[in-house]
Amino acid sequence: MNIQNLLKIAVKALNNNKMRCFLTMLGVIIGVGAVIAMLAIGQGSKNSIKAQISEMGSNMIMIMPGSMNRGGVRQSGADMQTLKPSDYEALVTQASGISHITPTVNSSGQWVYGNNNYPSSAQGVNTQFLDIRQRRVASGEMFTEADVKNAAKVCVLGKTLVDNLFPDGTDPLGKVVRFGKIPLTVVGVLEEKGYNTMGQDQDDLALVPYTTVMKRMLASDWLQGIQASAIDEEQTPQVIEEITEILRQQHKLRDGEEDNFTIRSMQELAEMISSTSSMMTVLLAAVAGISLLVGGIGIMNIMIVSVTERTREIGLRMSIGATGRDIMMQFLIEAVIISVTGGLIGILLGALATWCISFFAHWPVEISGTSVVLSFAVCTFIGVLFGFYPAAKASNLDPIEAIRYE
Amino acid sequence: MSERKEIIRIENLKRYFKVGEETVKALRGISFTIYEGEFVTIMGTSGSGKSTLLNTLGCLDTPTSGEYYLDGIAVRGMGKNERARIRNRKIGFIFQNYNLLPKTTSLENVELPLLYNSAVSAKERAERAEKCLREVGLGERLYHKSNQMSGGQQQRVAIARALVNNPVIILADEATGNLDTRTSFSILTLFQRLHREGKTIIFVTHNPEIALYSSRNITLRDGHIVSDEQNLDIQSAEEVYNSLPVEND
Repeated sequence: MNIQNLLKIAVKALNNNKMRCFLTMLGVIIGVGAVIAMLAIGQGSKNSIKAQISEMGSNMIMIMPGSMNRGGVRQSGADMQTLKPSDYEALVTQASGISHITPTVNSSGQWVYGNNNYPSSAQGVNTQFLDIRQRRVASGEMFTEADVKNAAKVCVLGKTLVDNLFPDGTDPLGKVVRFGKIPLTVVGVLEEKGYNTMGQDQDDLALVPYTTVMKRMLASDWLQGIQASAIDEEQTPQVIEEITEILRQQHKLRDGEEDNFTIRSMQELAEMISSTSSMMTVLLAAVAGISLLVGGIGIMNIMIVSVTERTREIGLRMSIGATGRDIMMQFLIEAVIISVTGGLIGILLGALATWCISFFAHWPVEISGTSVVLSFAVCTFIGVLFGFYPAAKASNLDPIEAIRYE
Repeated sequence: MSERKEIIRIENLKRYFKVGEETVKALRGISFTIYEGEFVTIMGTSGSGKSTLLNTLGCLDTPTSGEYYLDGIAVRGMGKNERARIRNRKIGFIFQNYNLLPKTTSLENVELPLLYNSAVSAKERAERAEKCLREVGLGERLYHKSNQMSGGQQQRVAIARALVNNPVIILADEATGNLDTRTSFSILTLFQRLHREGKTIIFVTHNPEIALYSSRNITLRDGHIVSDEQNLDIQSAEEVYNSLPVEND
């Protein structure tokens, strides 16, 4: 018997039992719909985290002084003095995979203007900081290379600082504010960026030439860190290797000696965060997958009932020349049709649910092609898997007994 | 006699069943030959072995010993699938309770045996099914569903289904058992017509009356043949049918 005839027979049989067929399908529809919607939510949140991280600069590389663990004693990186301005200069001249680089030195203290004051810090950086962190100056200008060279007393304020120091809305440009005892002229205001994923206020900062912080505030020759951005995000690991090489040379470290600096990349951070969200996705998908399994068992249940109910029909088909294989195929195809049709409807329903979620709840969602293909494949598989037992049962019936079954 | 084609030849056919410890001997050595164009009734009370014989003749069951040739082919020793194929090509079954597919049109019911024969195209299938339905007088009810028809009409559909694959033998199992007298005779009339047209028919029944309308009668008792006689005075079922009053109640 050819497949076309088998399909015809199966469709006909299902058509004779529309209601039951639909109810059986419902299990699969809900299962697949749930899988699609859950994966879409998972994928969506993953994407939004990724987008936020890349907004922070996903190609960012941070170099901190001191290894995290020295001689068994953990020490605070900031206390360790292993990074010098000469390291920074070496990186500028030797590292080829770096597009932007800045030293960082921080000094915390009180910012004061007139009657207002606000506790924050002065971030000592060079002009490239803006490119690395993907920040822009909203009004005024960034301080210049010359300012950095001269350790000029200038600063660029973040929005939070401006709001606190100039609550009456005065234009801060050209005003002289004090950081501790040092007067600094405001040359620019940073564009507002809001809170990041970890809830930090990204506007609570003030940029000052790093030379100013080192010479005038901290009186230190050491850097607290170096931030750089790789030319290409994909190249980050190679760039890290390159930096490690240069810095080891700079610090005259012998082979086998531990690095006395630490390098972190935003990419690592991104991976860490997205692994959490991946786990969430897996969890959601597992729950949805269980409902799909239950749907499959529903199919098996109905198919077994159907085989019993149609024993006479099976007997008749056998007596007029259907082989066991024909009968088996008929029931298998019925099961697969139920699960595949259910799967298709489920995909549509899942897409609809996903759309509703993004429309009404404004959650970030994305239906991935993989989830559609996967759930469809699982459906077909479930149809065959759970259709097999009833189909085998049907094909093993004795036609003599089946035809006289009451 | 010898120039007539043998359709069925069985030789010393035995069929034993094991039921627990006991062995039930349903057929204890039966031999006969049925030639083309015969209308044979096989009669016997329940327990006589006629159902087992029918199952064996219908290639649904295999004998414990003895030989069975259907249209010259040895059936004993055939596998399940081969027997399914031979049922499909050479045998037409008619059952007491019609066994039509529910919610299915006459045409589709009659097409069914041909669906399991991939040599027949969809077009040929429909044509042959329609022709057979016209033959049994249901040309006007091609698209009626089985549950919309009377018992007599349903049995006619079943007969059409048994004819559609051009079988060498038609096996009827109590084909009139579920029908009232008048309808029974209309069905018997149809069988007699098919017989006149040269079809070979085996009609298994426990009703002795039917033997009057067949050309040969074999009677079974306890797994043996007790009589095997030609009927030289075949009655016309049509006459009886016409003589029966139409009941309008």
